[in-house]
Amino acid sequence: MAKPTAKPREILNRSERTLNKIGSNYLEKYGFHEKEKSVFRTKRGLTEETVREISKIKGEPEWMLDIRLKALEIFKKKAMPSWGADLSKIDFDKIIYYLRPQDKKERKWEDLPEEIKRTFDKLGVPEAEKKFLGGVGAQYESEVVYHSLRADLEKKGVVFLDMDSGLKMFPDLVRKYFGRIVPAGDNKFSALNTAVWSGGTFLYVPKGVDVGIPLQAYFRINAKNIGQFERTLIIADEGAKVHYVEGCTAPIYSTDSLHAAVVELVALKDSKIRYTTIQNWSSNVYNLVTKRAYAYEDSTVEWIDGNIGSKITMKYPSVFLMGPRARADVLSIAFAGKGQHQDAGGKVMHLAPDTSSTIVSKSISHSGGRASYRGKLLVQKGAKGMKSSIRCDALLVDEKSRSDTYPDIVVNEKEATIGHEATVGKIGDEQLFYLESRGIPRDEAVSLIVMGFIEGFTKELPMEYAVELNRLVRLEMEGSVG
Amino acid sequence: MGKNVLEIKGLVASVGAEKGSKKRILNSLSLAVPKGEIHLIMGPNGSGKSTLAYVLFSHPKYSVESGKILLDGKDITKLGTDERSRAGMFLALQHPTEIHGVTVSGFLRSAINFRRPKDSPISILEFREKVEKACRRLGIDESFVSRELNVGFSGGEKKRLEVLQALVLEPKIAIFDETDSGLDLDSLKTVATTIEKMRSKDFSAVVITHNPRVLKYIRPDKIHILSAGKIVRSGGQELGKILENSGYSFLKESAEGKSSG
Repeated sequence: MAKPTAKPREILNRSERTLNKIGSNYLEKYGFHEKEKSVFRTKRGLTEETVREISKIKGEPEWMLDIRLKALEIFKKKAMPSWGADLSKIDFDKIIYYLRPQDKKERKWEDLPEEIKRTFDKLGVPEAEKKFLGGVGAQYESEVVYHSLRADLEKKGVVFLDMDSGLKMFPDLVRKYFGRIVPAGDNKFSALNTAVWSGGTFLYVPKGVDVGIPLQAYFRINAKNIGQFERTLIIADEGAKVHYVEGCTAPIYSTDSLHAAVVELVALKDSKIRYTTIQNWSSNVYNLVTKRAYAYEDSTVEWIDGNIGSKITMKYPSVFLMGPRARADVLSIAFAGKGQHQDAGGKVMHLAPDTSSTIVSKSISHSGGRASYRGKLLVQKGAKGMKSSIRCDALLVDEKSRSDTYPDIVVNEKEATIGHEATVGKIGDEQLFYLESRGIPRDEAVSLIVMGFIEGFTKELPMEYAVELNRLVRLEMEGSVG
Repeated sequence: MGKNVLEIKGLVASVGAEKGSKKRILNSLSLAVPKGEIHLIMGPNGSGKSTLAYVLFSHPKYSVESGKILLDGKDITKLGTDERSRAGMFLALQHPTEIHGVTVSGFLRSAINFRRPKDSPISILEFREKVEKACRRLGIDESFVSRELNVGFSGGEKKRLEVLQALVLEPKIAIFDETDSGLDLDSLKTVATTIEKMRSKDFSAVVITHNPRVLKYIRPDKIHILSAGKIVRSGGQELGKILENSGYSFLKESAEGKSSG
């Protein structure tokens, strides 16, 4: 057959139009907003006064205030990251660093103020709780407004609280681990979070307890120009097992918001933590998150990380493999559409013998979006018998879009096994033709290919989330509303 | 009109869509396939066989300059690829494409459901029965359909999957583009025999091949010889005998060709 020359560009343009529909009903589903109401808010901008105010209103112990103030100094001194996405447009003086929507935390949805209840109803959080969750925390602006845990889990000694309550009720545990996994000085945004943190999750799973059913946190920004700085600490004691899931959304505003979270995980001997994120911030949110886990002897930490929304995301969930035979799995996907830069990936430090890890990253760039994979693998001398496999696949939908890979692999041990594979592909016109020749319309063909590309990721999600992700990718790509 | 399932009238088509790069491949090609018949299209490399298959399915790399394609008497020349498929045409590709992460069964169900009213998708039971039956006919294991579409399939498996799809999607007419090529003798026998047995008053086929050995298993109602983008000779099975014995050398003798339909 003669070598074909024409029209692939036209096909790409058509798939691009299809992909453009991703998030086209974001406004209606997630991007709505309620009237701003607050019982207290700090003035715009960040000063020592702001930090003291936050600590005071929370009635914190002196040592936490000290941690905050030291972190503020670090934040002021630290330069912005010179690599990664463009953060030069963030105006730290315009941001409201703390906004308290109401004074109480509720254990019943009915007790919440009407507009907050309505928000979480629309997002389907109470419904999900009934169907398939063991506990839920819901954060609105700076505070967790709702928290619940199933009675049987409470009886087993599982502690699932918002971080502020965690600090009040378990000060020793918090003091032992807070900032030990992610020090304030790790980067500019971990310093910022440590200085002004509010809300987030404190989760402790006692020895040998298998939680069995996912626990969820939902983070919602409603007001304009605010920063959300939740802080999460999860400790799985020896032999414990837990799956924690988080979701997040925000209204669409023409001005930017900032989300800078810190998540610290401690997986003690023989334990297992799975942490799943479906990040679906609106297109005006800077999402700059530091997530790190310490995995001790024979433990497993899994990060399942989905990045669909936000204007810019910089996030590289990491695992320090501290004890022999500890295991890390990092599985991430990123959708980068118009005006988005997803700078994501994973980091694993092999610090003990016979540790193993896999990092799998998938990205889809379309309509001029940019997806970057940034990864680090470090093998310390003495981590004999370690194994790691890294795989990054990128799917580019058009010529305007961009995909980059920045792998960093440092190996200081001879007895190490490492595999690294990276691919960049395009939605091929032959693939589309094949599906269309079976009667499948183009929109559906594109979404089938995209769904197939991220299939390994979807498979790892709890059912309801897989359904939600499928809905996001499939239905919205078809442009169907509702 | 009523008796032909497929009618091609004076089809002129080129590869390449931009002006400078266009190259004409089909030159006023005409062909009619009556309902329930199986026709063979043969011809040397570069004669336009695969182009014909692609043009019949509106592949975006080809463009029709003039002529008409009628399916069941209806002009489908302006329809898109997926619409032609849903109207009752099927194309078994010479080189089926791999699609990662999409299972054969998921893909097939999707293809079936787009042929049905939106609110009545095929039931799982009915779908399984259909697929099981098709698998049995082709002598393939059912586990086949839980694999990813064409991923890691051998050449023979890919071809069998194409025929399986034809069985499951129940088109009015199927075009088999070199489905017999690259098959060992056993696979060739299974595939060709299955095609022959599919023949019914509601199912017709055009089998494109360059190898007369399929004639052992398929008894075509007509054989057409394609050369330089048009049908230069049509006839019965005796034409196959000539090809088997002396190849396409006769094309040179009758350079003008004679088209009969």
